[in-house]
Amino acid sequence: MKVESTFLLGIATFFGIIAICYWFTSYEDGGTTMLVGVTALGFLPGTYYYFWHRRFRGHKYFFWGRTDRVVGTRPEDRDDATIQDGAGVINSFPGSSVWPFVFGGGAFTLLLAFVFGVWLAAVGISLIVTALVGVTAESRRGGNH
Amino acid sequence: MTDVIVPKVAGGAYAPVHEEHGPTGLMKWITTTDHKVIGMSYMITAVALFYIAGLLALGIRVQLTTPHGTFISFQQYNELFTMHGSIMMYLFAGPFAFGGLANYIVPLQVGAPDMAFPRLNALSYWLYLGGSIMMLMGFGVAGGSADFGWVAYAPLSTSTYTPGLGEDLWIMALVLTGFSAIFTGVNLVATIFYLRAPGMTMFRMPIFTWNMLVTGILILIAFPVLTAALVMLFCDRHFGTKIYSVTGCHTTAGIVDVHACGSAVLWQNLFWFFGHPEVYILALPFFGIATEIFPVFSRKPVFGYKGMVFATMSIAALSTGVWAHHMFTTGTVLLPFFSLMSLLIAVPTGIKFFNWIGTMWRGQLVYTTPMLMSIGFLFAFLMGGVTGVMLASPPIDFFVHTTYFVVAHFHQVLFGTAVFAGFAGFYYWYPKMFGRMLNDRLGRVHFVLLFVGFWVTFIPQYVLGLHGMPRRVASYPTGLGWQSWNIASTIGAFMIAFSFVVLLVNVWVSWRYPVPAGDNPWDAHTLEWFTTSPPPHHNYTHLPQIRSERPTWDYNHPDAPTIRHGRSQGPPNGHGPYTGGDGGPPGHGNGSAGVARGVPAT
Repeated sequence: MKVESTFLLGIATFFGIIAICYWFTSYEDGGTTMLVGVTALGFLPGTYYYFWHRRFRGHKYFFWGRTDRVVGTRPEDRDDATIQDGAGVINSFPGSSVWPFVFGGGAFTLLLAFVFGVWLAAVGISLIVTALVGVTAESRRGGNH
Repeated sequence: MTDVIVPKVAGGAYAPVHEEHGPTGLMKWITTTDHKVIGMSYMITAVALFYIAGLLALGIRVQLTTPHGTFISFQQYNELFTMHGSIMMYLFAGPFAFGGLANYIVPLQVGAPDMAFPRLNALSYWLYLGGSIMMLMGFGVAGGSADFGWVAYAPLSTSTYTPGLGEDLWIMALVLTGFSAIFTGVNLVATIFYLRAPGMTMFRMPIFTWNMLVTGILILIAFPVLTAALVMLFCDRHFGTKIYSVTGCHTTAGIVDVHACGSAVLWQNLFWFFGHPEVYILALPFFGIATEIFPVFSRKPVFGYKGMVFATMSIAALSTGVWAHHMFTTGTVLLPFFSLMSLLIAVPTGIKFFNWIGTMWRGQLVYTTPMLMSIGFLFAFLMGGVTGVMLASPPIDFFVHTTYFVVAHFHQVLFGTAVFAGFAGFYYWYPKMFGRMLNDRLGRVHFVLLFVGFWVTFIPQYVLGLHGMPRRVASYPTGLGWQSWNIASTIGAFMIAFSFVVLLVNVWVSWRYPVPAGDNPWDAHTLEWFTTSPPPHHNYTHLPQIRSERPTWDYNHPDAPTIRHGRSQGPPNGHGPYTGGDGGPPGHGNGSAGVARGVPAT
């Protein structure tokens, strides 16, 4: 987690500095707004990962305090981890599902409605709602294998 | 849902391969959530669109063969160059890299069973396909397809000047593909952060995966801006907003009311804030492909691994701060800031070039088609890069802006990356994807035609640009000496087109007369070559211990010295002394089929 958080916080730092330089050299709103947006894009997930990196190491807060329970780093973050260290379930992955296709068709039709007429929106929204219900039901049921 | 457990360590007992029991035939392609099938769908669609856009380019070149060409009308010419650029930029180069190759290869390279969000991945593909169809639908509506150039500059793109349905379809198509790209970006970043195999630390990931991580972040920076800008453009066209539109903002006394007036330059700011990172979204994956290929066919580890990673990050970071170098001639941007930032990009790119050359230096080079294509990429991208440095200088940019010099520059950059390196990756990973080889002799013919055609096409365009020929014109005056250069360029374009006919023949030959590839035909280094070709469902039944950025090489060559980054952790797989540090001698392996799987790692 440490490299991931450093990577994202590095993005935030770089664009924070660039945003300040840009604003005070150009006083231009549009570009500065976008650069601040990029800073936030790095900062928000970066601090999240940093928080978890600290928690894994047993720190209670961001910069101080230590508790007894130390989870340690993940096997994929350790140089000396063996394949056996990661034994167990990685994750649950969905099997085949028709609903992304239906959702995609719905989005396609919905956007066509802006070009060819509102009536198409009824078709598009119906497909999207059907797909959302379908994918939710599929997940609750456990899905196809 | 299927619970996927961590594969067993290589050399142990085989875990049963989990077979997918889903639909077959067409329904398999429609309902799949497997990253490999989705990746292949992406690649097939993108390459088909590449051929379509290539045909459009030939139309452009035929028209320009004579000064007052009558092959197509001026309106059709506008449609052709708009759709050529749009399809190549939005629908081929990006999706081929981050939707196709990355989708297929990244989970394999980090030892993951699939992408982090498989259904979202499938949705990304369907949105991309929908967007592609929607853009092409423009050719079928009254008024024709979009004709305002792939950059859609306001106010030309507002409803006053381009009121047609084709333009609306173009905007909506890009909204769809924009969402598709954003979802893929999220998926890539999450996969790389969360689904790496044990021991696959960030600094052991292959450079291709690193580049795709950085590309994923760039997608998340750039594409939301484009999508938002397009929605605002659509509102300007149909809902009466005045964000970019500059019509109707005069008072009855003829004075401009600034509060009722949009800003056309705002579109350029927003578009290029997307557009310049987009260039690197299209370049970085292909840098990654070349960085995978050079070490394998030089029989050496990559030279300067960490330098490559940090160069990638620097290029990406700088690329987001240079958007207004496309706008020097508007007179509204800060020339020194954007010029400096643009020139700085040459430094990390130069580091990459030195590292690529360093990787080949004193290696045992094997000139297979992927290697030749990658070397072609070096030459092509170097030329495009050097003229890019020239264009970053405002005095030169003012002189050649909107001429064929710029056209030649960005074609050399994008052709170098997306075509040379892109098809290097195609030749390199084709055996992994289909379990059969492409014919190397036909591949060389493809390369030679492509390489010669490339220079014959684009060098004349530099000359034309310096002679003042503007871009996006369907006719030009006689007597200026432009015609002969244009004819040369057209001949080159047809050579390139012919080279891609050879590629089709090659693919047909590989299907008609298959040559089995084996798991690791190139004696390659990275993890994807450890599994079968094509890989099973959920990719791995067992994995080697990961002790360097070359786990497959370590496994297949247990006695070879290895190079590792970060802390020393003893010898790989418990074999041989750790000699570390000096890059390892060249000369291991001979390109023959890899070691059979299941051999105990004793």
